[in-house]
Amino acid sequence: MLEQADRARFEADVMPHRDAAYNLARWILRGRAQAEDVTQEAFLRAYRSFSGFQSGNARAWLLQIVRNCCFTWLQQNHVAEQMSEFDELTVPPKPENPESLAMASYDRERLQRALEDLPAHFREIIVLRELEGCSYKEIAAITTRPIGTVMSALARARQQLRTLLSEPVPKGAHLDL
Amino acid sequence: MTCELTQSRLHAYFDGELDAMGASEFEHHLESCPDCESRLAAEENLRTSLAGAQLYARAPENLRKRLQISLPTAAVPPPLKDSRSSIEKSWRWLAIAASVILAVLLGTQYMQKLNRYSQQQAMAEVIVDAHLRSLQPGHLEDVISTDQHTVKPWFNGKLDFSPQVQDFAADGFPLIGGRIDVVSDQPVAALVYRRNKHYINLFVWPSTTVSAPEVAASQRGYNVIHWMESGMNYWAISDVNRGALEDFVKLTRSGR
Repeated sequence: MLEQADRARFEADVMPHRDAAYNLARWILRGRAQAEDVTQEAFLRAYRSFSGFQSGNARAWLLQIVRNCCFTWLQQNHVAEQMSEFDELTVPPKPENPESLAMASYDRERLQRALEDLPAHFREIIVLRELEGCSYKEIAAITTRPIGTVMSALARARQQLRTLLSEPVPKGAHLDL
Repeated sequence: MTCELTQSRLHAYFDGELDAMGASEFEHHLESCPDCESRLAAEENLRTSLAGAQLYARAPENLRKRLQISLPTAAVPPPLKDSRSSIEKSWRWLAIAASVILAVLLGTQYMQKLNRYSQQQAMAEVIVDAHLRSLQPGHLEDVISTDQHTVKPWFNGKLDFSPQVQDFAADGFPLIGGRIDVVSDQPVAALVYRRNKHYINLFVWPSTTVSAPEVAASQRGYNVIHWMESGMNYWAISDVNRGALEDFVKLTRSGR
């Protein structure tokens, strides 16, 4: 149990990152209900281990717990996921035409589907960088990977996202956010 | 040059993660490499699309409540003991009355604070929307100039105040132009700066408060810093990292 002062610090430093925590969970797990449950679990864990967190980047600290909870959940629930490491994830890149890519426009549904179709580790890194605005250093801390790995993984994740975006839209597919 | 190394350098440059030396080296390379240049444009297009699609999923109200309830509550102080004599009782009533008044006062103050806080939150949302709007093709600047002496007079007659315009090209934040924007039904000056390939919008308009300290926030993946100075409201917003935006704000406030 936390001391009163620690609790106040938790409320001030960690609680404001509820949105960041839920957003990350929602994209890694691809579902609202799971994301709510796992976010709650992550906050409880964070609360219990908060006395071990003295100072520093509370958002990165919390998000590391959230993503660990997410990947544990995916494993326990045997979700069919490409869980392999980055090196095995990359599909052979299609030849790209950068000029047309610079002009292409994608609607929200299209982007959402493409992002959800990315392998989990790629989804995570795109969400941290593009939606959460994390620096490479923060992403490295959250995912416990070296910065160099983060950098090259991000390049490949973006490329794969574009490959998915260039594929024809399957009929009847619908997702909700 | 499409080797893996160039590719990850391109991304590091695109994300504002190269140091000044690395960035200028890469910019030098860009000048002679149309391939990298269009790749960079493709990345930019993807980022703008992602940002515009509003994919950020905020914690639902229901989850917020669950989080608040599920955390073990702090210990509650034990209740006061009962007192007997009537004098003591009247003192107690007085004390209760006083604490009620104090509670009301504190409550009002707290509500005002809360109100201010949520007003700022709401304003930050509006600023993010304005920033996203400005990134749509052709919306970023109405006057394109890196010269502060061109940009400043451009605002004359278009606004009933005159924003300070400064260029920080020497510090890695070149001024690229300005425009008139509307924030909360009010015309405001928007100054546009660039950090590597990232844009920074600086919104300026008169305020009734003379000055207020900097408040930083992160909304939908954008970093936002707000302050008031000399009777003006300032909102700086960008997708550059927090540190770079703070540097930018420091330059703006040093008023060179």
